[in-house]
Amino acid sequence: MYCLRANAQSSRKSTRNEDQVVRPAPFLQRRISRIAAASLAAAALAVGLTACGGSSSSGGKAYGFDETKQVKNSTITVWVDATRAPAAKAFETANPGVKIKVVTYDGAANGSNSFKTKMQLFDRAGSGWPDVVWSTQDNDPAWASQKTNGKQAFAAVLNQGLVPAKTLAGFAKGANDPCTVSGKLYCLRNDLAQNVLYYNKTLLDKFGYTVPTTWEQYQALGEKVAAQHPGYIIGTAGDPWTPEIYMWASKCQANDITGPKTVTVKTDTTECKRAASMLDTLIADKSVPNVSVFTPEFIKEYSGKVLMMPGPSWYAGAIFANKDSLNVPAGQLGVAAPLAWQGEGAVTGDVGGGTWFVSSHSKNLSAAAKFVEFVTTSTAYQVDLAPGYPAYAPAAAKWVAKLEASKYYATSLQPMVTAASQIWSGWGSGVFSQEAVWAKTITPAVSSGKKIVDLLPQWQQAIKNEAQVDGYTVK
Amino acid sequence: MATEAGVQPAPVATGARRRRNSTASAIGYVFVSLYALLALAFGVLPALYAVILAFTTGDGAFAGFDNFGKVIADFRFGPAVVHVALYLLVWLIALTVFVVVLSLVVHAIRVRWLSTAFRFVFYLPGALAGASSVLLWLFVLDPTASPVSGILHALGFSSFVQVISPANLPVIFAIIAFWTGAGGWIVIMYGALNNISNDVMEAARIDGANALQIALRIQLPMLRKWISYMAVMSLAAGTQLFVEPQLLSQASNAVVPNSYSLNQLAYQYAFQQNDFNGAAAISILLLVVALALSAVFVTRGGLFEKD
Repeated sequence: MYCLRANAQSSRKSTRNEDQVVRPAPFLQRRISRIAAASLAAAALAVGLTACGGSSSSGGKAYGFDETKQVKNSTITVWVDATRAPAAKAFETANPGVKIKVVTYDGAANGSNSFKTKMQLFDRAGSGWPDVVWSTQDNDPAWASQKTNGKQAFAAVLNQGLVPAKTLAGFAKGANDPCTVSGKLYCLRNDLAQNVLYYNKTLLDKFGYTVPTTWEQYQALGEKVAAQHPGYIIGTAGDPWTPEIYMWASKCQANDITGPKTVTVKTDTTECKRAASMLDTLIADKSVPNVSVFTPEFIKEYSGKVLMMPGPSWYAGAIFANKDSLNVPAGQLGVAAPLAWQGEGAVTGDVGGGTWFVSSHSKNLSAAAKFVEFVTTSTAYQVDLAPGYPAYAPAAAKWVAKLEASKYYATSLQPMVTAASQIWSGWGSGVFSQEAVWAKTITPAVSSGKKIVDLLPQWQQAIKNEAQVDGYTVK
Repeated sequence: MATEAGVQPAPVATGARRRRNSTASAIGYVFVSLYALLALAFGVLPALYAVILAFTTGDGAFAGFDNFGKVIADFRFGPAVVHVALYLLVWLIALTVFVVVLSLVVHAIRVRWLSTAFRFVFYLPGALAGASSVLLWLFVLDPTASPVSGILHALGFSSFVQVISPANLPVIFAIIAFWTGAGGWIVIMYGALNNISNDVMEAARIDGANALQIALRIQLPMLRKWISYMAVMSLAAGTQLFVEPQLLSQASNAVVPNSYSLNQLAYQYAFQQNDFNGAAAISILLLVVALALSAVFVTRGGLFEKD
């Protein structure tokens, strides 16, 4: 992606320089430059293609996919983002016998899609794939598990012998669901991002409120806060993952991925409407503002004023305990179980959680598999270094114990452990980004004063459009 | 840098005293050959490749106009066309009006150092590469972080999301593009103004024309070719709107869709959907439209007329 962006840049720049240097340019030259300028995408293609070539010789088929010929002790290339660089380091320290080459990239974060983009280019070139890739996204298995244009699926199948079944059994229930397509496992989950209810115990006690257990109580509390303590908030609704916090927890059927290329989208259900109208009420009350937690605006307006906030497990480190964000002092932050709707069992959503992939093209599958097994399960990384809630249950237990011992939290972290197994399975991970759809259809409309309840049909249509473009059959 | 130096000499009067000299023309070919080679490698051949892609399927079979039908029927295509068209409209008008007015003003300044200083200041933002200037504008446009937050608040914007609401985007992109690109054009127009013969200006003044009349009756008509040249080049660049919305899309966490402009849509086709043929079809459509519009400017602006 950067490759093309750079091209776009230089192509434009060069046109501009030509304007200025080649003054009354001859007719032909100018035409050529215009054509040059208008076909920058094609230019990137051609460059990609001239470097094409190579063929793959077939190895075995022991693990459920066509292996390439294995080269013992060959170096494995590992792609990580900056945050996961310590994972690679930890592996190197623990396994000095395995040669690895670490490449840092953006982790496909913030919708950059770079993981997919680059792999597609390697597919076209017929070589160059890294052996192990880290992704911050949950929706990469959806494409990495599929053949594209006749090319072998990028992701290696991990649950047919490559990673021991005993290791896989240790992951939290449902943790590897986003990695599973038609019963085959295509990645290992690094961390979970289950939503819990954070609250500021000190503030709550001061105001004399109790922690809600249902969404109905939550809404009532929001209305009360708006009236009694204006300026304080009990959540936010301005992030692209807003639907993954509120709509998912309400069992709204907006993202029911029923097969590799089928999805059911129904946003006119009671489940969707109740969450939407709750948000409408609280947004109007200003107790759940339409603002992203990663904006200067949020920190400026709401530092010290976050009474409560439903959000993923990584909010703890990224927002509350982060000195560049809310910077909540030790001993104030409490963690409560996910809220339930009256009369129903509590379920929760999940906002991301990274994944590790092994390339099916790897020449050293055993080393690559060893790497992903190490980084997802070892204490040396998952407990000692990892910022997120480990997907591997034994590591998670130690991680929680370590945090509790730090005395930062005002309560036990047990609700977070419980929430890990409460993620509702009716919300899947497709190729298209639900977050991007919400961000462009709902967020701007809400900021111009529209109600989410009224926007539900538009949301449904937007999801359908996006799914169809990516080849899904939408029901 | 090269531009400032390159603009100073007279742009039109090369034909008058041409000396036929075999060494000189050989050197000319050397200079042109490098450009021609690069233009062939990175301009013409990729464009031809795009034409081939646009009319074939993923397996290389002939597809007729299927790819074009597919991208035009895409739900994102219509809005992208409207977005780019609105942006072009706002930007080209603003660019033409302001660049011409500003260069006339700068040219009218008699104090030499002041005029130079103005040209330098106008040109300065252009030295910032496209992407970094967009990053700078991300801060300028955020009411909570902006140095001009007072203005944003006075305009009724209290949050970033409000500023980048869909209706404002064509204007925002036009402002960014103007800010980075207009300076270079002002310098070029200034050069063109210098080139207007002193005799003509002198005669006009003797006939009693004031500054406004000189600008309207003498300078503007003589700038016509330059203005249409600017319009053509800017049109080509403007239809390719990509960097600004792409960065804004990422910075706003996708509140600005990642298929805002046609070029972005082509990019989505190529790299999100792995459909290079669809991407090529969009590129060809863009090329055809840009060529057609350029033709209008070229004929109306008399760009190829000989004096």
